[in-house]
Amino acid sequence: MGILSTSRVKSPWLLHFDCGSCNGCDIEILAALTPLYDIERFGIVNMGNPKHADVLLVTGPANYRNYRVLRNLYEQMPDPKGVIVVGTCGCTGGVFHNCPNIIGGIDKVIPVDVYVPGCAARPEAIIDGVVLALKKLSRS
Amino acid sequence: MSTGCLIGSAVIAVIVAPWIGGLLRGIDRKLTAHMQGRIGPPIIQPFYDVIKLFGKKPMVAGGAQLAFAYAYLALIITATVFFALRQDLLVVLFILFFGSLCLPIGALSVKSPYSQFGGHRELLQFLAYEPILLLAAIPIALKSGGFTIANIFEYGQPLLPHLWITFIALLIALAIVMRKSPFDISSSEHAHQELVRGVVTEYSGPYLALIELGHWYEMVLLLSILGLFWVTGGLWWLSIIIALASWFIMLIVDNINARLTWSWMLKFAWGAGISLVALNILFINLGWM
Repeated sequence: MGILSTSRVKSPWLLHFDCGSCNGCDIEILAALTPLYDIERFGIVNMGNPKHADVLLVTGPANYRNYRVLRNLYEQMPDPKGVIVVGTCGCTGGVFHNCPNIIGGIDKVIPVDVYVPGCAARPEAIIDGVVLALKKLSRS
Repeated sequence: MSTGCLIGSAVIAVIVAPWIGGLLRGIDRKLTAHMQGRIGPPIIQPFYDVIKLFGKKPMVAGGAQLAFAYAYLALIITATVFFALRQDLLVVLFILFFGSLCLPIGALSVKSPYSQFGGHRELLQFLAYEPILLLAAIPIALKSGGFTIANIFEYGQPLLPHLWITFIALLIALAIVMRKSPFDISSSEHAHQELVRGVVTEYSGPYLALIELGHWYEMVLLLSILGLFWVTGGLWWLSIIIALASWFIMLIVDNINARLTWSWMLKFAWGAGISLVALNILFINLGWM
């Protein structure tokens, strides 16, 4: 690996967007930041700014209320970037499937690279998902 | 010192300063993590971050923004060169001011509310620490007999025993320049507060990397100015220890404080900072120091 792709793998900055989830997955994402899991060991930083982020973590199902916001955030992130969907709702719509205001999984709105299923997904699974997304970043 | 030697030291300063700044930033993150009971990233993490940012696709909100990002870095490198050439301390400080001013102007050239907010707060920070830095040059000149850095080297005695009050005031300025808590009001360290990343919100990819490089130069330059307080009188290595000790004090202050309001910062910096320097000038004129 060249120095650039090494750096990409060593320094993924996350943007976390809650697309209408029950907050269960969001709590697990924040748990990954605590001293127990300490994702900053891998250079992962939780950024609140799409213009600085490399990886977009989305929780919750895509819905008509805020899919424009989701697409906007995705488009504001500079390339190369990866998208990880955390939780069953984001993967397929989950328990909200077929509700009138729900479009379905996040992949109906933006291209998704990694799916982390689970209700809620465990922090270990989320870290695993980020590692998978990094493989995509290192290739680009 | 001969002219060739001075030019050599300027070239070395420009090449070495970002490496020192990046390493200090990495050790900073590691120590902060340990203070919070975490393991923390590797100490070369800031270099990974900057290389990654240089490799990202450029996205800009406006051309003026780019000009100011380049100007920020260029002016701070110029200030570093003037410092290494042992020029006038006031000239070094003024170039540094112009460089730092590029950041809020660049932020204000974009219409994003976060960027505007950050720009205004950056100007307030500017208003808080610039008078301290500028006034601090006066007691140094009174003691060493001139405003140039060469004067300080020729003085032959350490400045710290006479100017320790000014030194404390400079520590306040350093905390604001390093954007550490409680003074990280213009660009919060982590971007999930009310102003996202404030002044750097709209900078992304390679331009953010330029600003990060500028920060490293700025921090090393400020620490070198603090090191000037014990640069002569035999024990020259004490200047490095003094610079590193002040940097470590900033780290501890950062970790035990929350962010505070801009009005508190302004009152504290002007109240404590400026009066400390004024007191030092008074004592020197009375012949007590």
